[in-house]
Amino acid sequence: MKILVAVKRVIDYNVKVRPKADGSDVDLANVKMAINPFCEIAVEEAVRLKEAGTATEIVAVSIGPKQAQEQIRTALALGADRGIHVETDARMEPLAVAKTLKALIEKESPDLIIMGKQSIDADNNQTGQMLGALTAMPQGTFASEVKVADGKVAVTREVDGGLQTVELNLPAIVTTDLRLNEPRYASLPNIMKAKKKPLDTTTPDELGVSTEARVNLLKVELPPERQAGIKVPDVDTLVDKLKNEAKVI
Amino acid sequence: MSILVIAEHDNSSLKGATLNTIAAAQAIGGGDIEVLVAGSGCASVGEEAAKAAGVSKVLVADNAAYEHQLAENVAQLVAEIGGNYTHILAPATTSGKNMLPRAAALLDVQAISDISGVESADTFKRPIYAGNVIATVQSSDPIKVITVRTTAFDPVAAEGGSASVETLGSAHDAGVSKFVGEELAESERPELTSARVIVSGGRGMQNGDNFEMLYKLADKLNAGVGASRAAVDAGFVPNDMQVGQTGKIVAPELYIAVGISGAIQHLAGMKDSKVIVAINKDEEAPIFQVADYGLVGDLFEVIPALTEKV
Repeated sequence: MKILVAVKRVIDYNVKVRPKADGSDVDLANVKMAINPFCEIAVEEAVRLKEAGTATEIVAVSIGPKQAQEQIRTALALGADRGIHVETDARMEPLAVAKTLKALIEKESPDLIIMGKQSIDADNNQTGQMLGALTAMPQGTFASEVKVADGKVAVTREVDGGLQTVELNLPAIVTTDLRLNEPRYASLPNIMKAKKKPLDTTTPDELGVSTEARVNLLKVELPPERQAGIKVPDVDTLVDKLKNEAKVI
Repeated sequence: MSILVIAEHDNSSLKGATLNTIAAAQAIGGGDIEVLVAGSGCASVGEEAAKAAGVSKVLVADNAAYEHQLAENVAQLVAEIGGNYTHILAPATTSGKNMLPRAAALLDVQAISDISGVESADTFKRPIYAGNVIATVQSSDPIKVITVRTTAFDPVAAEGGSASVETLGSAHDAGVSKFVGEELAESERPELTSARVIVSGGRGMQNGDNFEMLYKLADKLNAGVGASRAAVDAGFVPNDMQVGQTGKIVAPELYIAVGISGAIQHLAGMKDSKVIVAINKDEEAPIFQVADYGLVGDLFEVIPALTEKV
């Protein structure tokens, strides 16, 4: 079984973002970048399926600027076999990403596609679902457990009321939630080995995908700041404040 | 032209998130508001939706293929009728987020996720970067396909409307996915997304048994009980209790954070609460920076005392 994993280069999750002075976008100059945490979980899941003998090959794809190759190398160091970089400096929307991945799927014919449920920058949570629509594949979103057997994948999903399990015909798309697994750290020997693994490059243009934005970003701003309140010395004061000042109990 | 709202329901009753989403449709304005109820044996949901304020028509697609609202099937239905509308809205719940982007792609539309404000018929505000930044975005697609952050819109009245109810005959069964089962939390307490008061526990609770204390406090306050990601990851409580950017977004009248440090991820899910109380033994915990009332102390002493006195 062949698995395709999509990984995105995003701001490191520990960095606090700020809008640019002109409010046109967030300021990403000289900011630490990393693999999107949900994508890292996707890579880990693919590697575990390979270690279990279920998968035979893992292809890691990233769409983005030249530097996105760093995130592909991270995926290769974690255990992916080869990489594909779709190079573009455009701000790629989920629909354009899904169209790009569809074009790659037509070339690669994977049995399973694993990707993060959302990226921690734009927080869209759309690409996996859109890819499902474009390829007519079923989708198992927000996965907390993935079991492959007999040409099907059973996906346990984190839903508002608890957990839901669906069974999907392969090929299928899985998007990862936080508790699917805990990604490993790449070992130094594996990081060295990853530098020698094959990495092909292409472009949206070569794949026949338009990068034109449908949704324009007009401005970004900080949300209204919440002011810190007061410290109360004891439970009696707290109860008094909640009853008589805030009037919420 | 009209706006289509996708109903959130469980085949027997309409979920409150639908009413917030109808309110977002009213904020967009410009046409009639229609509600789609896709399910199986869901006629009563259709009748309930017809009573919601501001709705002109309810479309009921009652078919076995929609029983569990599998995205593969419902998205095809939404795409089939979607061309009749200027806007298609669903609540940004796990079911809305699962299905609507799939429908958008079938319509070749770039969807807009989790809007928290309406600037005009094509321009919306939405949180990005875990709510640390608010983006204003403008869609150039002919149909706007949108999920709605329900806490940002006050619900319309559940009663008083008198919409017509129409049956949709078309059944879409993609035949590629199957519902196997579900484990849903059963609780007598209010649901997190609609509770007036929420008591939430974090890593400071130390284990799942200690959440009993919070349940006692919650029952006195008629509150829902939530948790931080740290408490869920540690296995203290199940995932459906998680409040935060990747869990549930809540905005109750009163939010009591117990033993929660206040990671950005958690704050993103609760900082729109009206009054925030933080109880933590670490006086440097970031949660105090957003709390209206902070109490530095040992939660194992504070919570029983608080439970007695409220």
